[in-house]
Amino acid sequence: MKHLTDLLVTAVTFLRDDYVLISLAHPDGKMPACEPGQFVEIAVEGSPTTFLRRPISINWCDTEENRLDLLIHIVGDGTRALSQLKAGDTLNCLYPLGNRFTVPATPSKVLLVGGGVGTAPMLQYGKVLREAGHEPVFLLGGRSAKDLLQLERFEQIGRVFVTTEDATLGEKGFVTNHSLLQKETFDLVTACGPKPMMKAVAAFCREHNLTCDVSLENMMACGLGACLCCVEKTVRGNVCVCKEGPVFNINDLTWFD
Amino acid sequence: MANLNVQVGALQLKNPVMTASGTFGYGLEFADFIDLNRLGGFIVKGTTLLPREGNDYPRMAECASGMLNCVGLQNKGVDYFAEHIYPQLVEHLGLPNADAAYPIVNVSGSSPENYAECAARINALEHIHAIELNISCPNVKDGGMAFGTSCEGAASVVKAVRAAYDKTLIVKLSPNVTDIASIAKAVEAEGADAVSLINTLMGMSVNIERRCSNLSIGTGGVSGPCVKPVALRMVSQVAKAVNVPVVGLGGICNATDAIEFLMVGATAIEIGTANFLDPAITVKVVDGINEWLDAHGVKDIHEIIGCIK
Repeated sequence: MKHLTDLLVTAVTFLRDDYVLISLAHPDGKMPACEPGQFVEIAVEGSPTTFLRRPISINWCDTEENRLDLLIHIVGDGTRALSQLKAGDTLNCLYPLGNRFTVPATPSKVLLVGGGVGTAPMLQYGKVLREAGHEPVFLLGGRSAKDLLQLERFEQIGRVFVTTEDATLGEKGFVTNHSLLQKETFDLVTACGPKPMMKAVAAFCREHNLTCDVSLENMMACGLGACLCCVEKTVRGNVCVCKEGPVFNINDLTWFD
Repeated sequence: MANLNVQVGALQLKNPVMTASGTFGYGLEFADFIDLNRLGGFIVKGTTLLPREGNDYPRMAECASGMLNCVGLQNKGVDYFAEHIYPQLVEHLGLPNADAAYPIVNVSGSSPENYAECAARINALEHIHAIELNISCPNVKDGGMAFGTSCEGAASVVKAVRAAYDKTLIVKLSPNVTDIASIAKAVEAEGADAVSLINTLMGMSVNIERRCSNLSIGTGGVSGPCVKPVALRMVSQVAKAVNVPVVGLGGICNATDAIEFLMVGATAIEIGTANFLDPAITVKVVDGINEWLDAHGVKDIHEIIGCIK
């Protein structure tokens, strides 16, 4: 069941100058369950250049606590308008949308690879994996130390490894350069971030015969599988990222054809 | 409560609110948000005789108060619709059911023959009482708008389909023409029961950093509130030129917009891009039209249809 609700803004927290965490509560006191990897299409008020809703991944969802968190990277007029919300405002949300990250049936060691704001859905995913008895391991990459967010919260869930392009934190380079990948192996690798990063992770996994899922961020309009704007080429033809994704196994994609 | 019933061809719509093809999927995608049977009708995704993959990504760009798309008629073909989608619609809407919304299939093609064959296969579906013929898609090379931009081309497709289809035939017109009224008259002369307009306006969107179009095929169809003034003018022109009902669309986002189209001569309206902004917008427009009519002492919607000459 999908919902269209004016959720209440309970807190707006700047994690850095250009990253903001918006915490939401359901007016009826209970947040509908959201699966890890799903997203929200939010209506942006007060930004004349923002016509369509904006898809934002779910950073954290707790039904009992009545809490849904969205981590937003301020990149344009729409996200800037969102960052100016205040506690007590409402945010019109269409949710939860899309499929979900894979939660294996048997106890597994899962590598969660996040790049930039693509780390956002990995927090919720890691929590769900941990609660289901799996071992989540985080590999998070950014341009610089200031691009790596919520590290202390990731550390509460699993081991955390970091790369930065300028060596300000963790190992220098891209996530695929991290020494962890030479030392350990994983039952499943899941990546979310810029497409070049996901393609590099996918190529590494193919080479090493690892199961790999990626979460795509194609531009979309409706979020419901109606407009067919956000398609990705797959072995089954063009499919909507908003409905059949955003999570795809790399063997379903045509990245290496 | 005013009388909202309107007639389009043989369809007795309980209210004038429908949805625009390509913006509402098969309707079922919106069932979490609205009761589909509260609509007069809804027009499902463009359907062709054979499956089509559509154009490459990216297929969408935003613009001020609107968007562009170049989806390119991606669909699984008419037989898939008949076997897999139609039964779901019949079940969901509880057809036959006097209170149901009319599901209407938008039909596209690349020759008069395959338009007609696609229409014939939909003619066989007992509970589909109308089609909307798309002779105005700006995003496919082989057909679509090629037919809709000349009186002869438009007439040739409507003639072929009319011979194969005996239920209500609505023809969707392209705004990318010099004289839309003459094309409306040409399709009326070949037996169209109604015309709907406007389809999207051909446009472009550019990324200056990458020095390229934001759309995979270079151009796309513009929709949303930015096209409404053009659509109103064209609906007004066509309503004066033809005797068949006119279905108006183009940027309708609320009841006020819908009433504007009715006043310039539309018998019914379609809501398109606004479905992306608010998946419950259609029923809000139905309620809003009703409230406006009540507030202004209008007992029957026909009192306002075409009241602006």
